[in-house]
Amino acid sequence: MYDPASALLGKAAVFETMAENPAVVALAELATDAKFDRNELTITVARENIVAACEAVKAAGYNFFEDVTAVDWFPQEPRFQLSYHIVSHGLKERVRLRVLLDSRDASVPSITSAWPSANFYEREVFDLFGIDFPGHPRLTRIMMPENWQGHPLRKDYPVEGYR
Amino acid sequence: MAPLAAPDRITPGVEDVIEDAKRHGNAGTGEHSMVLNMGPQHPSTHGVLRVVLELDGEIVIALAPDIGYLHTGIEKTCEAKFYQQVVPLTDRIDYLSPMTNNLAYCLAVEKLLGLEIPERAQLLRVLLNEITRIQSHLVWLGTHAMDIGALTMFLYCWREREAILRIFEAVSGQRMMTSYFRIGGLALEPPMGFFETVQEFLDAMPAHIDEYEGLLTGNPIWMGRLKGVGYLSAADAIALGVTGPPLRASGVDWDLRRDMPYSGYEKFKFDVPVSTGGDVWARYEVRMLEMRESVKICKQAMAMLVGKTGPIVADAPKIVLPNREQMKTQMEALIHHFKIVTEGFAVPAGEVYQAVESPRGEMGYYVVSDGTAKPYRVHMRNPSFATLQALETMCKGRLLADVVAVIGSIDIVLGEIDR
Repeated sequence: MYDPASALLGKAAVFETMAENPAVVALAELATDAKFDRNELTITVARENIVAACEAVKAAGYNFFEDVTAVDWFPQEPRFQLSYHIVSHGLKERVRLRVLLDSRDASVPSITSAWPSANFYEREVFDLFGIDFPGHPRLTRIMMPENWQGHPLRKDYPVEGYR
Repeated sequence: MAPLAAPDRITPGVEDVIEDAKRHGNAGTGEHSMVLNMGPQHPSTHGVLRVVLELDGEIVIALAPDIGYLHTGIEKTCEAKFYQQVVPLTDRIDYLSPMTNNLAYCLAVEKLLGLEIPERAQLLRVLLNEITRIQSHLVWLGTHAMDIGALTMFLYCWREREAILRIFEAVSGQRMMTSYFRIGGLALEPPMGFFETVQEFLDAMPAHIDEYEGLLTGNPIWMGRLKGVGYLSAADAIALGVTGPPLRASGVDWDLRRDMPYSGYEKFKFDVPVSTGGDVWARYEVRMLEMRESVKICKQAMAMLVGKTGPIVADAPKIVLPNREQMKTQMEALIHHFKIVTEGFAVPAGEVYQAVESPRGEMGYYVVSDGTAKPYRVHMRNPSFATLQALETMCKGRLLADVVAVIGSIDIVLGEIDR
């Protein structure tokens, strides 16, 4: 069974134990928090640094962008967590970049300049969570009809019944 | 219900369709070009994909896929279910590879729980996953060939697919929406005669693949429609998030089964077919070889499974439902059964991303737990969704008729795109 004590929490603990990890080396400057839990490395960066962080891990060999999605921690603040999953074909390792966003200003720079494949994923997050991605080439709804109101994956949007 | 903005007109006329198509197109409509709306009810789009094309004569200038017609909010629904109740939802995402979806989700939750799965269950999971891959590739081959005009292939492929669906029915009671994997193992022991049926199928399959290749590989029409069509370079494939057979057909040697093994794939010996062609033909070659490799993996799994005994579920009475025998004779088992069914089971807080190699590419499940019995967030990273982004690159500057061949070659399933 999972043992919570096995997780490495905090930037200091992770960066000390995994000092050789290429993602850790690449993000030594930009990381604000980190954890290594269940064999998965998560590095938190500030939202204005996300494009720089993507470029840094890309230069470190993490060449393939897999996924970006959001988690809504309503009513906590910061409310939104964005999780970027990036894998390296050469190192056969994955890193998760995490950005935390306040509900008052839910926007994060688009990373389509680093990986064009983020295009549809960012549109999906925009559509279902209402998070803005400045710099995206064409940020429109992708799943819901264009005239839909509201963002269904937010926690204050009910699963069924009236809104 | 929430107020929707009132549509301007109730029944759209031709002008509205053109207007809408232009808004979906990527480029402004030039003087000599026309906008063509394809789908969402077009038979060659394999579901409800709408593609808006801008054409100059028969040449595609710009293309934009419009999706969302099948969006049913599965991710939202998951948040309202117990962990074990999500398994049947996962079948409905990629309905051509139900077992792969079950596996990806179960592995993700098992990773959250830190659960060890018995070897026999792992082998059965691998066996069924590879059979699923063959099944999915058969559907792809049949429909792809039908799009191109080779109608006979469909019937041949459906003949073998029927044998596979019978295997699925034997283990799970369902032909398509199997929901056979459970968090912690499998739902049921395979029935009597199961291994004999599978062995029979595996023995016959290589000859059937020869048969398909005999019909298609040397066929001049087939070659003419596939070779040099829908080219995608390795750099573009990586930049646009393409995974699975289309990625390998562009020359990138990457397969999660071999490179980031899960569920005991490291015990199997198999080749990963790679082609450098990058066109529709290369994708055809790669998938045909993959079917042969899947048969090889299945045979290895069978060799390891026959005569092997052992449990098919993990030793975790608070997570795995007890069998009927235990439930009717043991007080403890009855209590556990009652608690799992009515309250679910708590999963330690955390987040995991588990990716598996589905027949279409990388299928990833991102599951976030807040420590309760219901997942806080489930997100699926689906291969077709990302691969669809590469459609424009593959079709630009080519003939309109090639769009159909390219859509067939990326083997999209709209259920997993729209979720």
